[in-house]
Amino acid sequence: MKTSEASRHINGTFVAGREGDREVLGGYASDLLSDVMANSREGDLWVTLQKHVNIIAVAQLNGLSGIVLVNGRTPEPDAVARAEEAGLPLISTKLQAFDVIGILYSLGIRGRRQI
Amino acid sequence: MIQEAFESTYHVLGRDFPNAGRVSTSIKDTLKRMGIHPLVVRRIAIVSYEAEMNLVMYATRGKISLRVSLDSVSINVDDEGPGIPDVTLAMEEGYSTATPEMREMGFGAGMGLPNIRRNADEFDISSHVGRGTRLYIRVIQAA
Repeated sequence: MKTSEASRHINGTFVAGREGDREVLGGYASDLLSDVMANSREGDLWVTLQKHVNIIAVAQLNGLSGIVLVNGRTPEPDAVARAEEAGLPLISTKLQAFDVIGILYSLGIRGRRQI
Repeated sequence: MIQEAFESTYHVLGRDFPNAGRVSTSIKDTLKRMGIHPLVVRRIAIVSYEAEMNLVMYATRGKISLRVSLDSVSINVDDEGPGIPDVTLAMEEGYSTATPEMREMGFGAGMGLPNIRRNADEFDISSHVGRGTRLYIRVIQAA
């Protein structure tokens, strides 16, 4: 499933990086950047409420398939600019993290961190 | 395949949150272009990102040097800053001196230095209070 399709299922709006649409290979949810760096996998869709510019570098470095901002949070302007520059899908949804993750899980998207 | 060592040095300014992550992104792109194994690229990306964020959060300024040789990739970090009074404590998972503002941004989980060490085949840290901190990390490339 592509990022854009996942976005539709969670009533998401693309805030940036629509042309960077790519295959979602899994999911990761966290608001701690070091945790995402350490534990997310390439192709994961990242669910978070962090909306500042530094989330973009984390997603870029780990080759994530996009970032979903929950609770209707809108990213800060420099985050939008950096996501556009990186061609990284940045999606905002009014849904809360619990529901977003539940929907994505029901679509077959799974966490892939090895325990 | 690279024939000889490649070296590059990047500069990071303390408190420069708007540009934080650019150096590690650039290092990752460089390694990918050189055809370095994806697992090595991933480990160096984590190491350089955490090191860069430590410079941004705590140092006045610092340098991150990348060195790629036939058998390994290494990162040297050298900063001017407050230094770390108790390095053993700083290496503990969960220990952090981040401000409340940094924590709200999702930093300061006390995972930075442990993440660096976990991803390094060779790791060395030394710090002088009031002067700065040095880090050395080496990741071996499988033959």
